[in-house]
Amino acid sequence: MVGIVLVSHSPRIAEGTLDLVRQMVGDKVPIEIAAGTADGRLGTDAAVIEEKIRKVHGGDGVLVMVDLGSAVLSAEFAIENLGESLGSATVIADAPFVEGTVAAAIEASFGKSLDEVRAAAEGVKAYSKLG
Amino acid sequence: MAVDSAKLIDIIKVIADKITENREYLTQLDSAIGDADHGINMSKGFRAVVEKISDMGEKDCGTILKTVGMTLVSTVGGASGPLYGTAFMRAGQAVAGKNELDFNDLVSLMEAALEGIKYRGKAERGEKTIVDALEPAVEALKLRREEGLETALRDAVEEAKKGMEYTKDIIARKGRASYLGERSLGHQDPGATSCYIMLEAMAARLLDGKKS
Repeated sequence: MVGIVLVSHSPRIAEGTLDLVRQMVGDKVPIEIAAGTADGRLGTDAAVIEEKIRKVHGGDGVLVMVDLGSAVLSAEFAIENLGESLGSATVIADAPFVEGTVAAAIEASFGKSLDEVRAAAEGVKAYSKLG
Repeated sequence: MAVDSAKLIDIIKVIADKITENREYLTQLDSAIGDADHGINMSKGFRAVVEKISDMGEKDCGTILKTVGMTLVSTVGGASGPLYGTAFMRAGQAVAGKNELDFNDLVSLMEAALEGIKYRGKAERGEKTIVDALEPAVEALKLRREEGLETALRDAVEEAKKGMEYTKDIIARKGRASYLGERSLGHQDPGATSCYIMLEAMAARLLDGKKS
């Protein structure tokens, strides 16, 4: 199953998002949070992101969800640090954080591939909330 | 110029001190066009760096620079973490295994640092970023290489300063400030400013050492 790592500046954003996701898919999908700095500031930490990617990686790849600016840079840094085999099975979704995570987790819970899970996350950009 | 591991650690400590001295100023610049944390983030990062490298005098210069990079990516918190982190990692790779750095090594590691920042940030000059201070400085170092360390370094710092000041006249294209669009005009970029502060601190320590 594809694993998911939530990279946010704010632990509360990531935890709240994870709550929403768990409500829908339960504990089936391995999801980890890498949010905030070790000393409690808003921010991202490439070393923690790398550690969490390794933790959720079960052989089918990892999707990384990111919020703003430095989340992307830190995630890219972490992925490069993973080495060739793990790094090439880890991708960042270019997607809205909350909606993208929900869509990705649902897709992953059906045992879909990394490409399909990523496409689900990125696909939410086309949804209209007002119908 | 000959910089051994002890001297390199000393230079990094001077940079850390200057960043801490300018913490409020950098945060103030960042509050105008960003998320008001550049000074705090950078001083937190460099405080962690000083702790990590203080007893690394027995290690080679490349390992020390790489340690600076790895420490910054995991302690800064903001975008400057992976940006400066990548710069120091690349600088370390450029002088891997060396126990002493000469002027040519300095040019190589500065070039590698610039490449690292441009790669990580996908940034070019003129986008109101660190690159606007760093690239002119690296170019000056290369251009003035034949004239010796002192001339080249003074010129590099001068060019970095001009580049930093130029960021007031351009629109932000990267990072949080890019959300502001034209409203970012008139504000100096915090990243270009921290870059200038670091270069000036490094040059001052290098030239100071030369006279003594």
